[in-house]
Amino acid sequence: MEHTKSFQNSFAAGLRDGVPIGLGYFSVSMTFGILCVLDGLPVWAAVAISMTNLTSAGQFAGLSLICAHSSLFEMALTQLVINLRYALMSLSLSQKLPRTVRLPGRLGISYFITDEIFAVAASQPGEVGGRYFSGLAIMPYLGWTLGTLCGAVASGLLPDSVRSAFGVALYGMFLAIVIPVARKSRAVLGVVCLAVALSCAMRFVPLLNSISSGFAIILCTVIAAGLGAVLAPVPDREEEEDHADA
Amino acid sequence: MPTHELIVYIAVMAGVTYLIRMLPMALLRKKIHSRFVKSFLFYVPYAVLAAMTVPAIFESTGSFFSALAGFAVAAVLAWCGGNLLAVALAACAAVYAVEWLQGLWR
Repeated sequence: MEHTKSFQNSFAAGLRDGVPIGLGYFSVSMTFGILCVLDGLPVWAAVAISMTNLTSAGQFAGLSLICAHSSLFEMALTQLVINLRYALMSLSLSQKLPRTVRLPGRLGISYFITDEIFAVAASQPGEVGGRYFSGLAIMPYLGWTLGTLCGAVASGLLPDSVRSAFGVALYGMFLAIVIPVARKSRAVLGVVCLAVALSCAMRFVPLLNSISSGFAIILCTVIAAGLGAVLAPVPDREEEEDHADA
Repeated sequence: MPTHELIVYIAVMAGVTYLIRMLPMALLRKKIHSRFVKSFLFYVPYAVLAAMTVPAIFESTGSFFSALAGFAVAAVLAWCGGNLLAVALAACAAVYAVEWLQGLWR
């Protein structure tokens, strides 16, 4: 790998590779826009959250914390735990950037690291340049922002029965992310079952249910993922492959 | 909620999320070697999403039974490898159908 001369730095190629991500983001972020308005947030806030965060799980969790009037510390800690995986992706991408990409470029590129953008950039053979990455980020960012706007504006037009049904959309998406991986990997299945058991305990068991919902999710995550890492450490190569097609 | 309060929440969300993405790329040039840390970070997304989904999904709609239907439909379709949007919309349709039936019954 050290000797490869392969270097992807075409803006147009990046733009093209970003189109399918952008389309996918549009539909997911519409759900976010709808939920924001249903939860009482103004349209501008929904769009501002999407433009400044660009992450699904973190935004949905953030929305529920805003609605619960949680503390800012809880908000910061929740975002930290939920989005911690971006640190690994950022680290991994930093190895794919040529040295010519200086600090300002890195400050800009890192803003747009998402699961999908990372996956596409990481799957390029050899190094990836700033121009390719800029092109790659445009359609997903537009899709995410415009989808949120459309969802937020449209949610006021939906009848109540449809709005109630949309409450389940987010969780349906989460299941669609988790279940296929849990089906293939017994370790992931174990981590998922443990997280669910802990989460139910912190919701229903007396005393444990006094833990606020934000901290409960952090605790469930750290315990389940930590135990998974101790009992079933991921082999190096498999881990990279799983991230590449995440 | 007052606008300034909302802006503070959004700023904290955005700030923390950006720092997580930016710091490793800007500061670190070395690779993570700890197998534990790598494994932990690999499991985190699944643990987070699972904990956020159950039991919250059962309180996300107008009734427990409509939510149960949505959960079941989403779980089966996801098991069969349905894509994100299809699974989410099918779950919504199941909830809508059950709530419509419950409306007839009442």
